[in-house]
Amino acid sequence: MNLSVSIGKLTLQNPVMVASGTFGYGVEYSRLLDLNQLGAVVVKGIRLGPVRGNPTPRTAEVTSGMLNAIGLQGPGVDGFVEKYWPFLKSLRVPSIINIWGTTVEEYAEVARRFDAVGGVGALELNVSCPNIKEGGAQFGTDPKLLARVVAACRKATTLPLITKLSPNVTSVVPYALAAEAEGSDALSITNSFPAMAIDIETRRPKLANVTGGLTGPCIKPIAIKLVWDARRAVKIPIIGMGGIQSAADAIEFFLAGANAVAIGTANFYEPQTALAVIAGIQDYLQCHNITDIRELTGAVRLS
Amino acid sequence: MVEQPVQVISNERDTDAYFRLVLRAPEIARATQPGQFLHLRIPPLRDALLRRPFSIFQANGETVSILYKTIGKGTDMLARMGAGEELSAIGPLGHGFTVPARGGETPLLVAGGYGMAAMYLLAERSPQKGIVFVGGRRRVDILCEAEFRKLGWDVRVATEDGSYGEKGLVTQPLLAEIQNPKSKAESARPAKQIQNPKLFACGPTPMLKAVAKIAEEHKLAAEISMDEHMCCGVGVCLTCVIPVKTASGWEYQRTCTEGPVFDSREVVWEVAK
Repeated sequence: MNLSVSIGKLTLQNPVMVASGTFGYGVEYSRLLDLNQLGAVVVKGIRLGPVRGNPTPRTAEVTSGMLNAIGLQGPGVDGFVEKYWPFLKSLRVPSIINIWGTTVEEYAEVARRFDAVGGVGALELNVSCPNIKEGGAQFGTDPKLLARVVAACRKATTLPLITKLSPNVTSVVPYALAAEAEGSDALSITNSFPAMAIDIETRRPKLANVTGGLTGPCIKPIAIKLVWDARRAVKIPIIGMGGIQSAADAIEFFLAGANAVAIGTANFYEPQTALAVIAGIQDYLQCHNITDIRELTGAVRLS
Repeated sequence: MVEQPVQVISNERDTDAYFRLVLRAPEIARATQPGQFLHLRIPPLRDALLRRPFSIFQANGETVSILYKTIGKGTDMLARMGAGEELSAIGPLGHGFTVPARGGETPLLVAGGYGMAAMYLLAERSPQKGIVFVGGRRRVDILCEAEFRKLGWDVRVATEDGSYGEKGLVTQPLLAEIQNPKSKAESARPAKQIQNPKLFACGPTPMLKAVAKIAEEHKLAAEISMDEHMCCGVGVCLTCVIPVKTASGWEYQRTCTEGPVFDSREVVWEVAK
């Protein structure tokens, strides 16, 4: 049975990774599960310098999901390389670094810096964080700006590039096409959905940031549709994510057109989810006499 | 730190809306340090996905227990669980209290409501017996007083409505003791200062802030345990952060990992909620 998939020149032993922002820098979960069983570890978004993040409360539980507005708190490139890279480098599975900036030039500079670090598996361009004032989503909701970010990073690094698209657009297709045209090796679909919740007793928003990004099982059907839309437009691999809790959820994403998947919010409440998903995918392939995971991609039957 | 299924041994009402849950969790019980917490997944919650954090109250051989108040969906559902049922637990988590060395500081504990639970193991393991100041709105909010007395500790109670102990906030008897000691605690002779006092506190943030101020004014060390909204419990989601001083200003640190116990002087109280 073949579970391995490729993203540009990067080969993963299996198609199940953990989504940026839900797995810290890997080390935090290393006492609870064997990270070397994963397809890849995707770390929390990093820009050039350290980021303090948003005031609290930063998250709120909602029906079958959660809102977050963390504000991309992080140590910056140097802090990350010093504090977290030695551990990630010691893993046998690749690390994908999620990067962002407030200008096209900053994205490219961060890409260049990670190119020089040596041993990075791929870069994921975060052009879709809804919770920061500058940078993030502004680059993911204008196809021309998105094209510039991807092109600039493409020039700055030979590492595989994955563009993480925003769901907050009328159609994901022009964005998927722009990323592909500028040399992105793959797409991550999707980031969180802009959303809001209010405490009816205090009449205050449940997040200090007022609005945040919705994630968890409640977004899964919308994410599946976004993957399906993008699949018909582009040839590059798609990493599907949005509310995956089980192998069944993951297989839906494959059938809609994903080549790999990422576990996000579920890590917070069941840290073993990614490993259970890998085992469940193997069971499914075996039960259905499928010898290669790649046969599932886009294999939804329309008639 | 382990993640494992744990079985409910008992889950009984303590007073009013407070419950005591005893779980069979030998590995967690053995590893628990005072001030650490458990992160529980309550299976009947279904569409409420996240785990709930609880301070570990007691840890004895095979079992750990928590003391909780029913305040929402998660704790309401938890209160309905019975003996034999299973939950998933991650623990013990967090950086706890520093247990004083033998002949070292004498602990003065300050607890608000179920904050009392987080302090029991510290009292049990401290070589010096001290004083515990406990406060609550009403008599029913004063928990596990008997357990602390059984350890030989001096317990001073304050309630806001005056229904039990001194009327007012818990910081009043604390301040009175610091300014004019009347302790019956170990090694303190009548009308003599407690040897080398150190404050430890757990309760609502305004109470912790008041304790931090008292500590500062009287040049006492204080360790405070923060009760913050939490999500992953292991340091990845960055939900439970509080502002902590650094060489160049301040940064958000994680209550679940760098805390829940912090040195009160490190917290930037002007920014903290």
